[in-house]
Amino acid sequence: MADNGDNDSQHRVNEGDYVVLKRGDIYKAVQIQKKKKTVFEKQWFFLDNAVGELYGTTFEVVTGGTLQPRKPKHVESSADAKEAGTDNRNILDDGKSQKLTRDDIETLKEQGLKGQEIVQQLIENSTTFRDKTEFAQEKYIKKKKKKYENSVMVLRPSCRVLAMMYHGREPGKICHLRYDTLALMLTLGNIHAGSKVLVFETCAGLVLGAVMERMGGYGSVVQMYPGGGPVRAGVESFGFPSHFHDTLHEFPICHVNALLAGTLDTEAKNIDAGVRLLVIASRFHPCPVLLGLIKFLAPSRPFVVYSQYKEPLIECYTKLREQGGAVSLRLTDSWIRHYQVLPNRTHPMLLMSGGGGYLLSGTTVATDTLKMGSTRGEEPAAKRLKLTETTDG
Amino acid sequence: MSFVEYSEFIQEGDVAIIFLGHDSMMPVKVQQGAQTQTRYGVIRHSKDLIGQRFGTKVTCSKGGWVYVLHPTPELWTLNLPHRTQILYTTDIANITMMLELKPGSVVCESGTGSGSLSHAILRTIAPTGHLHTVEFHQQRAEKAAEEFREHRVGHLVTVRNQDVCKEGFGVTGVADAVFLDIPSPWEAVRHAKNAMKRQGGRVCSFSPCIEQVQKTVEALADEGFQEISTLEVLLRVHDVRSITLPLPDFGSDQPLETPTDTPVPSNASVLCKTTTPPRDMAGHTGYLTFATKPSV
Repeated sequence: MADNGDNDSQHRVNEGDYVVLKRGDIYKAVQIQKKKKTVFEKQWFFLDNAVGELYGTTFEVVTGGTLQPRKPKHVESSADAKEAGTDNRNILDDGKSQKLTRDDIETLKEQGLKGQEIVQQLIENSTTFRDKTEFAQEKYIKKKKKKYENSVMVLRPSCRVLAMMYHGREPGKICHLRYDTLALMLTLGNIHAGSKVLVFETCAGLVLGAVMERMGGYGSVVQMYPGGGPVRAGVESFGFPSHFHDTLHEFPICHVNALLAGTLDTEAKNIDAGVRLLVIASRFHPCPVLLGLIKFLAPSRPFVVYSQYKEPLIECYTKLREQGGAVSLRLTDSWIRHYQVLPNRTHPMLLMSGGGGYLLSGTTVATDTLKMGSTRGEEPAAKRLKLTETTDG
Repeated sequence: MSFVEYSEFIQEGDVAIIFLGHDSMMPVKVQQGAQTQTRYGVIRHSKDLIGQRFGTKVTCSKGGWVYVLHPTPELWTLNLPHRTQILYTTDIANITMMLELKPGSVVCESGTGSGSLSHAILRTIAPTGHLHTVEFHQQRAEKAAEEFREHRVGHLVTVRNQDVCKEGFGVTGVADAVFLDIPSPWEAVRHAKNAMKRQGGRVCSFSPCIEQVQKTVEALADEGFQEISTLEVLLRVHDVRSITLPLPDFGSDQPLETPTDTPVPSNASVLCKTTTPPRDMAGHTGYLTFATKPSV
C-alpha cells in the first residue's frame, strides 16, 4: 500500500492548524494564523509561508520576519583537511581571540547575512580557531550555530512533543510531570482505542490530551474536574479532529458522592456503564481522589496515580492495602539520562533531570464480604457500585 | 478476551493471568475440562474459570485463593515464555510515546523475539493500525504468529521470517514508525528508511552496547535522519514499609537519688511510614536511540 503524491494533504500544514515550533530543544505550541506575528526564542515572524508545506520542514527566518523553507543540508564533508591543533596547552583564554565586536556582528546581521555566514565570519576572525583540536573546532561551530542560526522546525503536535514542551517551559503547570513518567502512565494504564477512561488531572489538559491521543477517537473519556469548569488548554494544542471531542465528557467532582449514593440523575449517563481505566495526575492529595474514584472501576482494571511527591502516595498505598480491592500495587519513579553520541566523544549529558514525579499503579480486583474460615488477612466489605456492564472495553 | 479489547466474562480459549500474590503470577490457557496446579491447590477451568468475571477471586482445592485477571500487554510481558531476552514495560512505555504510536499507526519491528513489545504495539495501534514484524529465527517467528492468533490480534499483524538487514521489512513507504532491536541495527537503517512513509516518520533502535549505539547514530546521520537522540530509562521501585526506630535514652536531667540507683531505661520508639529501595535494581537494559525521518 504505497503512498501516492496527491494524498499528501494530511501531511501538510493548513491554516488554523495547531503546530509546535522547534529549535534545538526548545518547543512552543502555536496556531497557524496568517498575517499574525508569532514570537519564538526572541524572534518575531509570520507563519504564513508554512501553510502548504509538509510537517517536519525546517525554515529559515529571513529579514522581514518571513519563513523560507531550508534547502536540504549538504553534509559537511569531513574530508576537508582543516588546520587543527593537538591540544590546548598553549591556548590562552583571555577573551581577546575574537576580533569581531558585538557591533560588528550586529552590522552583519543587519546586512542580512545568514546564520551560517555569520558563523563563518566568526571562525575567520578568531585567532585561536586553527589552534584548537578538531573536536574543539566542532564544538565551537556547534555552539555558534546554536546562537546565530535562525532555523525553526514546524512539527505536528503529539504527546511526545507537547510533554517535552510543557516540561521544559512550564513544569509548574503540569505538576512537574516529566515526559517519561507520562509515558509510563499511558502504558501502565493500558490506555487504548475503545477504552472508557476516567481522568482527573490538573496538568493544563496535557494528560487528558495524551489519553485522547492514545484512544484515537474511539471509546470515551470522562474528565472529572474540580471547581467551576474543566481546564482543557493543553488539549487544544494537540489539534485533534473535531470528532474526537464527541468522546470527551466532563463531570464535576462535587457530584461524585451523590453519584455513588445513587441520588444523582441527570449526569449519570456519562459514567454509568463500568468505567474501565483510571488516570489521576493533580495537585490535590491523591489519597481521597483515588479512594473516591476507584469505586467506579470494574474488577481487573489498571489504575495509575501520579504525584509530584512520594509521601501522599505512601498513604494511598497503605490505605489501599488496608481496604483491599487492588493487587500489584507499586510505587515507582523513573530515572532518565540523555547521551551525547559522537565518535570518541560519547558520554552521558552533563546535566540530567533530578526527578520526574512518582507513580502508584495497580490492578483492581473484586471485593466481597469476608468468608467464614478464610485464613488470608482482613477484607472489610467494600461498597460495590452497581454498574451496568457492557462488553465493549 | 483479546489483548486489545476488554471483555467481562472468561471464555474457553481465553488467556487469563492467575494472580497468586506478591508479584507472583502465571498465565493460563482456559480450556474445558482442564486443570491448573497452583500452590494453593487445583483450579478447575470448567467450574472455576469459564463463565466467571475477570477480576474475581477463585478458591482452589486446598482452600487457598487466587485472582484471575484479564490479560494486558503489561501482564503478558511479566508472564510470557521467554525465547529471547525481552523488553520490559519501562522501555516499552517510552518507545511507544517517542515513536508517537497511536490507533492507526503502521509500525515495522525487528526482531520479534518473544513478542513482548509486539503485544504492547498491537494494543496501541488497534483497531486500524498494522504491525509488520520481522524475525530471522524460524521457530520464534512461528511461535510469535501462533501467540498472536491465540490472543486474537492476528488480524493486526504480519510476521515475516527473514533477515531485515538483507531483505528489509517486506513493505515500503507505509510505516509511521520503525523499531529495531537487533545485533547490527546500522545495517538495517536504510531498510528502515525505505519502509517509512515518504512524508516522514520516527525510528527507534534499542542496543545494550554503546558501540552499537555509536555505529547506529552514524548510520542514521548518514541517511539524513534528524532529531537524533539517545537516552536510557530505568525504573526505581519504592517498597513501602512501616519501620520502628528506637529513641535514645539520654537519661533524666535530675541527679540520681543514690549512687547505686541505675536509671530504668525507657523503650520509647517511633513508628515511621516510609519506603526503602530494594537491595538490587535493574541498572541497565539498553540504550534507546530515536530519530525522525525528514519529509522528502
